Amino acid sequence: MTPVTTFFSRLQHLYETDPERTAIIWMHAREPEHPMTRRDLIRQAAGYAAALAAAGVRPGEVVILILQHSESLAAAFFGAVLHGAIPSIMPFLTEKLAPDSYRRSLKSLFEVTHPAAVVTYPEFAAELQDAIPAGGSVRSVLLSSEVAPVPEPDFPALRGSERLPGDVVLLQHSSGTTGLQKGVALSHEAVFRQLASYGKAIRLAPDDVVVSWLPLYHDMGLIAGFLMPLLSGIPLVLMSPFDWVRAPYKLMQAVSQHRGTLTWLPNFAFNFCAQKIRDRNLEGVDLASWRAVINCSEPMHYQSHRLFYERFRAHGLRESALATSYAMAENVFAVTQGGIDRAVTVDTISQRGLLIDRVARAAADGEETMRMLSCGAPLPNVEVRVVDDARGDLPERHLGEVMLRSDCMLTGYYRRDDLTEKAFHNGWYLTGDLGYMADGEVYITGRKKDLIIVGGKNVYPQDLESLASEVPGIHPGRVVAFGVYNEEMGTEEVVIVAEKDAEAEYPAGAGPEALSNEIRARVTRGSDIALRQVAVVERGWLLKTSSGKIARSANRDKFLAGKAVTAGG
Amino acid sequence: MSDDIEAKVSEYIAGTILKQPDRAIDPQEKLISSGLIDSFHLVDLSLYVEDTFGVHLDDTELNAESFDTLAALAAIIRSRQ
Repeated sequence: MTPVTTFFSRLQHLYETDPERTAIIWMHAREPEHPMTRRDLIRQAAGYAAALAAAGVRPGEVVILILQHSESLAAAFFGAVLHGAIPSIMPFLTEKLAPDSYRRSLKSLFEVTHPAAVVTYPEFAAELQDAIPAGGSVRSVLLSSEVAPVPEPDFPALRGSERLPGDVVLLQHSSGTTGLQKGVALSHEAVFRQLASYGKAIRLAPDDVVVSWLPLYHDMGLIAGFLMPLLSGIPLVLMSPFDWVRAPYKLMQAVSQHRGTLTWLPNFAFNFCAQKIRDRNLEGVDLASWRAVINCSEPMHYQSHRLFYERFRAHGLRESALATSYAMAENVFAVTQGGIDRAVTVDTISQRGLLIDRVARAAADGEETMRMLSCGAPLPNVEVRVVDDARGDLPERHLGEVMLRSDCMLTGYYRRDDLTEKAFHNGWYLTGDLGYMADGEVYITGRKKDLIIVGGKNVYPQDLESLASEVPGIHPGRVVAFGVYNEEMGTEEVVIVAEKDAEAEYPAGAGPEALSNEIRARVTRGSDIALRQVAVVERGWLLKTSSGKIARSANRDKFLAGKAVTAGG
Repeated sequence: MSDDIEAKVSEYIAGTILKQPDRAIDPQEKLISSGLIDSFHLVDLSLYVEDTFGVHLDDTELNAESFDTLAALAAIIRSRQ
C-alpha cells in the first residue's frame, strides 16, 4: 500500500506523536554536538512559515534557500512546507567563488523559477540584493537572523494544510548555469512513494540511525541524508560537507559514537576516507553497527570498495555493509538497490567486449577483464529498460541507454515544459546513462551525454568551456572540457584543452603556462570546480565534426592518446 | 631554514597537488581563496605538513582565514616547531 499523504500532515503527525524525540543530531566543527528535537525543528519551521506569510508569499510559490548547512536550513526548508510554499535549496557562496559568477547563476535560477522570496543569512544579504533583478519575481528577502521560533504551531491555520498529495512540494537543481535551468519538481506523493519503496529495499527499521555529511542541495543528501530519516521518524546525525572534507575521520567517529547503521557516499568518498584518515583518529572507533554504506551518485568502482573495506575492517567494518544504488533526482532518488540482503554482485567481463562489441560478455583468452559493480535490482515500483538508438529493447547484457518508468517520477522540470517533453519517450524517462541488464540487475557503464561527475557533483562541460573562453588570448569557442577518471581518487577530474588565438603573443618571458593559470583561476572562481589539467594548444589542434562543432569525446581521445605518447617517450 | 620550509611546501603543492612540478608558487600567491588548492586537497596538505615538519594543523584551521599563502603557512609551521 502506498501511503498518500503530504509533508505537512507527516510533520504534524511527528510533532504530535513524540515531540521530544531527537530529529537531528548536528555536528558542527568547533562546537559540541547539538541534538534538535522534533519540537525544536517544527517550532523553528513554524517561525519561517509565519515570516513567509508576513512577507506576502503565497502557497504554491517558490522560495529559494541560500543558507549554510545548519539548523536554519532545516527549519527554513520545513517552514516553507508548513506555509505551502515550494522550497529549493541553493549552494551558498564559497569564498573562492567569484561573486559575479554566483550572481549570474542566481539570475538564471530566478529567471526560470520565478521565486517569490529568498531566505539567506545576514552576511549574504548585500550580495544577494545586487543579484535580484528590479521588477522581477522576488518580492522579499528574509534573513535567518530575524526569524524567531513560534511557541506552539497552530497547524490548522498554517497554509501548508491546504496542499494536496499531487502538488509540487520541492524543487531540486543540479549545479552550474545549465543545471540551474532544470529544476526537478517533485510532488508530495512522488516523494512518499519513493520513500515507501526505497525503505523496503533497504529494510529501513525504527532502530536505524542515518549518518550523513552530504549537502542538501543534491538529491542524495536531500532525500537519503535528510528527508527519508526525518519523514520516517528515524534519527539523523548530520555534519556539513565543508567540515567532513577537512576531517573525514569525523564520519567514522560519528558512526561509532551514535551506532550509525546507514550512510550514503559518492564513490570518491570511499577512496578519500581510506586514504586520508590517520590511525590516531580511529582509536576506539567501532564500525560494526554500519549495516549499509551505499555507493551512489557517480560511477562506482570495485577497487574503491576494496580500499575502503581493507582500511576499516580492523575497526569492525563488515564486508556485507558495502552496498550500491543507482539514483537520480528525476525519480526522487533511488532507481535500484544492491548489496542489502546479499553482497553486491561483481560482474567480471571483457573490456574489449564492452568497449568495441558493446556487449558485457566473459573475456576470451588473452582479453583484458574489468570488474563491474552491480547497482542491484530495480525497486519494486520502478521498471528499467535498456534500448538502442532507435529506442528498441536490447537483449540482456547488451549496452544501451537506460530508460525508466515509475510511480515516483518528477512532475516536470519546473516551468520548462520543453525540457520535460524532451526527457520522455512514450512515458519512459530517458536517463542519458549507458548500461546493461544481467540477471535482473542494472549495471551502469557510462553516459550518453557529455556530463562530468566530480566528487558526486554534476558538471556541465559547456559551463566550464564558456568560462575558459573568456580568457584573453584563448580563441573563444575553441575550448573543450571533459572528465578523466583518476583511479587513486576514485572520481573524475576535469581537463580543459584550449586553443590559443593565432595572433596572441605570450607575455614576455611566459609560455602557455600563463594562459593555463588564467584559465584555472577563471574556471575555479566561476564554477567552484578545480581543474586538474589545462592544456593550451596551438590553433587547429581541436578536432571538429563534419558540422563544424567541436566534438568533446574525439578531443578527449586525442588528448589522452597524445599524453600516452609523451609519457612513453 | 625558513626558505627551506617554503621550498619544500611549494614543491609539494606544485608536484603532488597541482601535478605541475615545474610551476613556481609565489610566497604571496593566494592558495585557498583562489581555488588553487581545492577543498579535497586540504587534508593532504595537513598530512604532509605533519609528516614533514612534525607540526599539527587542526582541521578547523584548514581555511583561508588561517593561512592563504605559502608565506603564512610557513610562518605557522615555524611558530610551532
